[in-house]
Amino acid sequence: MKDVKCECGHVNPHGTVLCEACGKILDEQTNPAELLDMRYEGSARRSQTYNKTFIDKIWNFFSSVKVGVWLIIITLIASSLGTILPQEMYIDLPADVYYAQEYGWVGKLYYQLGFNNLYGSWWYLLLIAMIGISLVICSLDRVVPLYKALKAQRVTRHEGFLKRQRIFGVNESADENDFMAIKKQLKEKRYQVREENGDILAEKGRFSRWGPYVNHVGLIIFLFGGMLRFIPGMYVNEDLWVREGETAVVPETDGQFYIQNNKFILEHYDKNKDKTFEKAISMAGEVVKNYQSNVVLYKRVGENLPGEKPKLKKIEDYKVRVNLPLTYEGYSVFQASFRSELNKMSFALTNKQTKKSVGELRVDLRDPKTKYDLGNGYSVEILNYFPDFEFAENGEPTTKSRVPNNPAFVFRMVSPEKPKGETSFVAIKQTIEPFGDNQYKMAFKGIETKNISGFIVRKDSTLWAIILGGIIFMIGVIQGAYWNHRRIWIQNKNGQVWVAAHTNKNWYGLKKEIETVLKDTKLVMPDDQVQTEDTDKSKEKESV
Amino acid sequence: MVTISSNLLFISFILYLVATLFYGGSIKSKKHTSEKEGTNRWGQIAVLLTIIGFVSQLGYFITRWIAAGHAPVSNMFEFTTFFGMALVGAFIVIYFIYRTTLLGLFTMPVALLVIAYASMFPKDISPLIPALQSYWLHIHVTTAAIGEAILSISFAAGLIYLVKAIDQTKSSKQTFWLEMVMFALVAVLGFVTVSSIFSGTGYHEKFNWIDKHDNAQVVEYTMPSISGPHKGELLTKDGFKPLFEVPAFINAKKLNTVIWSIMAGLVIYGLIRLILRKRIAAALKPIVKNIKLDFVDEISYRSVLIGFPVFTLGALIFAMIWAQMAWSRFWGWDPKEVWALITFLFYAAFLHLRLSKGWHGEKSAWLAVIGFVIIMFNLVAVNLVIAGLHSYAG
Repeated sequence: MKDVKCECGHVNPHGTVLCEACGKILDEQTNPAELLDMRYEGSARRSQTYNKTFIDKIWNFFSSVKVGVWLIIITLIASSLGTILPQEMYIDLPADVYYAQEYGWVGKLYYQLGFNNLYGSWWYLLLIAMIGISLVICSLDRVVPLYKALKAQRVTRHEGFLKRQRIFGVNESADENDFMAIKKQLKEKRYQVREENGDILAEKGRFSRWGPYVNHVGLIIFLFGGMLRFIPGMYVNEDLWVREGETAVVPETDGQFYIQNNKFILEHYDKNKDKTFEKAISMAGEVVKNYQSNVVLYKRVGENLPGEKPKLKKIEDYKVRVNLPLTYEGYSVFQASFRSELNKMSFALTNKQTKKSVGELRVDLRDPKTKYDLGNGYSVEILNYFPDFEFAENGEPTTKSRVPNNPAFVFRMVSPEKPKGETSFVAIKQTIEPFGDNQYKMAFKGIETKNISGFIVRKDSTLWAIILGGIIFMIGVIQGAYWNHRRIWIQNKNGQVWVAAHTNKNWYGLKKEIETVLKDTKLVMPDDQVQTEDTDKSKEKESV
Repeated sequence: MVTISSNLLFISFILYLVATLFYGGSIKSKKHTSEKEGTNRWGQIAVLLTIIGFVSQLGYFITRWIAAGHAPVSNMFEFTTFFGMALVGAFIVIYFIYRTTLLGLFTMPVALLVIAYASMFPKDISPLIPALQSYWLHIHVTTAAIGEAILSISFAAGLIYLVKAIDQTKSSKQTFWLEMVMFALVAVLGFVTVSSIFSGTGYHEKFNWIDKHDNAQVVEYTMPSISGPHKGELLTKDGFKPLFEVPAFINAKKLNTVIWSIMAGLVIYGLIRLILRKRIAAALKPIVKNIKLDFVDEISYRSVLIGFPVFTLGALIFAMIWAQMAWSRFWGWDPKEVWALITFLFYAAFLHLRLSKGWHGEKSAWLAVIGFVIIMFNLVAVNLVIAGLHSYAG
């Protein structure tokens, strides 16, 4: 492909629409009556120039803003679909049951379409990936030629270029003083003023043209950060339940860190103390004020030998609260939830007739003893223990889990009267005496519960990319949105003085600025060729 | 302190209302275009009233903050009121850039509706649940609301554009949809009216009903029931018998409110039409005759440009920072998060269409309207209809 040499002498790359240096129209297809399309300065973009090979086609597809906008719109609609019903991660039943049960056939359909996990579906990720590719190609296709064109621009511009700017005006004469005043004003307005043969180009805010590309780079880094999550070890997300008083190893830390839960605290707002909230609390019932776990973080000292108790060194005491995670060496422990668990149950061995207690025992539901000696010839043995009792299908008692949700016992009660002992099956709210009438019974005395703190242990080594991407994106957006690239040309043509101006946005501001710049001169305010058209049109409409 | 606070809010509401009338006056008495020459006397008074009202509302915000001990942006009433205030603030800023009182005439009624709508929710100061106890509550919520408010100015400007540009001499798709927008605004007024009437008369009726898990429930209506709950049994003696019953998965009480609002909206709209004898948009047309289309188009675009970065910062970036601290993940696909993303994507598409595809003028104005609909959906529907972490409204 051949480069194009303009009459001004500048050599432009193949495909250039407006000469990079003087702005002369090189592409004959543009309509001479219309205003110039100033997007990307009429530079030679790859996507507008080549369309032969397979790579060209892919490049052109992704570099199109139309495709980009469609990708955004499709992602937008897809995202909204995922909010119709709760996503899988917010439900507490198996998905195949939940949707049909809660929402009938609608829910069933929702589940069958895979919308229950929409944001993790392959096609949603594909959409995001395509947006990512589009961002890269779109930006490259435009930023390079735009940069070259803006760098190559000369002060003196071609007549056709000036005439076909949106802001354009002709003055018959202007003297040296006018030019001096204009230059002074322009400099006061922080324009960079360049001169060439008495022609002026004033320019400012060119860097705002890079805003979109900077924010695209930020987005790409952000998406890259999201991808990093798929690399093993970069992202740790584990649940950790620790009972009060116990110490547990922090998962995914190679057994390096241990956490001891001293106490879990749940506080509610008190109507009588927090007077300001009195009404709101009465309306809502109970409002939680605080979830907190007082913990101690330990680090293992020395090697981790299997079967040996690890030596621990205390690192710090910390109160883990919502919004205040414990963070150490990249790991964060968040207060996520809690539950209470039955801890101890106490019984009294009681004579059924006299209703007299002969001794009490407290059973640790995690670690029950086999025999409790009550003295004076009384003792109780636990023959069988079901922490999470239920009847199996064959009618035998069994346990669902090792968690004491519904403890049940088979006791043997030994007394001086019955030295061989009497057997009794005791569960919550029921007692079964397999061999008929017992003399003694296990009277239920009380129950103690223990809180278990639910933590989330998280290490996110991708955060730096997310943060960096976010910052760069914001810089780019602000750069592009809050500054404008403005240029004013004041040039001698055919013995007249021509004024033309261009901005990438905010024409109102540009016009006001030109007004002040031309204020003390003989030059008149140039016309806005778009706005005159508009008002004419609207006048026509109104008169009809 | 709470009394002072609500008085200040009431004062600001009245001032906004009076200011709106003055904006109207400033347009009527104007013989020249708003762009070149200064604002007339009426307009100056209107802007002054707006600023005093804004300061008064700022006073409401600060006194309530002191009373509650946290920024008053933690429930539906507080957030929506703040949004109304941000809308007025955004208008004041844009006014001093472009100096057009016409924008005030279109923005202030929207702000008034927003604040009136807010006051239909429980106004009690509510305590903060643990997740909300963070200074990021103030930063994230206020920035997001300010961003949304600036974006909403583009809606007001877009509306002016459409009122002026759309040919009202014959009915078309455009006239229909523009009138729908007008009706939607009137329907909000309808909601405010019926809610005030029934809460003023203290209307109550109770139902026993069966929820979707076959549990017996009790629900208390504050408006006469048109749509009754599933297998509802009216407990109040002289209560209004429902006209029909809805299935268990639909919230009958909320639906009832919607029906009443639309009915009231239709009545008010009908009365307006009866007086005007033409479409609302057509009646507004003479008011906008002096403004240049290109000029409002630019205001609309500029508001998006100013608002978009603020919105992104508040509703996405700050939100992510807070979510990372409160819930251990910066993004969790909660409905409110997703709708913030949707708003972001929508305005991103808006900017791309405008920059590269040349969607100026009418197309751009319609997009500004759709953008506002999305923002309102996120404010109203996501909080009240779709359950999630952000559904803190009763």
